[in-house]
Amino acid sequence: MSERAEAEHGDLLVVLRHAPHGSLWLREALDLALVGAAFGQSVSLLLMGDGVWALLAGQGQGPLGQKGTQSTFDMLEMYDIERLYVDASALASRGLAPDDLLLPVIPVDAARLPAVLAGHRQIFNF
Amino acid sequence: MRYALLVLGGPYTHQAAHSALRFAHAAIARGHRVDTVFFYHDGVYNASHLAAPPQDEPHLVDAWRALHREHGTALQVCVAAALRRGVLDASEAERHGKTGASLESPFELTGLGQLLDVERTHERLLTFAP
Repeated sequence: MSERAEAEHGDLLVVLRHAPHGSLWLREALDLALVGAAFGQSVSLLLMGDGVWALLAGQGQGPLGQKGTQSTFDMLEMYDIERLYVDASALASRGLAPDDLLLPVIPVDAARLPAVLAGHRQIFNF
Repeated sequence: MRYALLVLGGPYTHQAAHSALRFAHAAIARGHRVDTVFFYHDGVYNASHLAAPPQDEPHLVDAWRALHREHGTALQVCVAAALRRGVLDASEAERHGKTGASLESPFELTGLGQLLDVERTHERLLTFAP
């Protein structure tokens, strides 16, 4: 338990609530996460609601001509953004499993969510 | 308490900007400080001085300017988010070959790094998002 609590500690938590493609919510949230990491902050992501679609494997650019976000997710490791929390119920209710996702994630159930939120100094809610 | 606000909602289309302004005035009335407001995502539209709402409606852009004038609140706008939405100051307009600018002082274009600096130098950073 103490190990887990320690893992949930970080400076910034960027909450992703929107699906990729169709809006700038995800892009601009990830931009902030990358800048935060580049400034030496420890950054975690939390995917909630439709935000869980952001990590679905096999995405392209999409028909809107926007760049898409898969390439950004591919860069996260380089920026030392390694804690990707995912709301387990949001994943399940969309018929997704962790194996469907681009990157390894930490599924979080509702009971553990408050600890993730409390474990970061600042939350940015996108 | 020394507050900073992050506004992610455009004016009028969502409540976020209205709520942020009301929070700022309420906090200041209780003796707190609101030293910085940072505009990101669609929040950058709050900085367009070309906004011309009907006269019998609240003028949000003017309300932000008044907050700066009366309380010294810095009004910072993410440059990347602003440029792609057509919110440019005179020098960016010239750089991109545009005939007009839509952002002027006291709003200032700045980078996301500034938002992280704001986060570290204020006691609280509150997000107002749609």
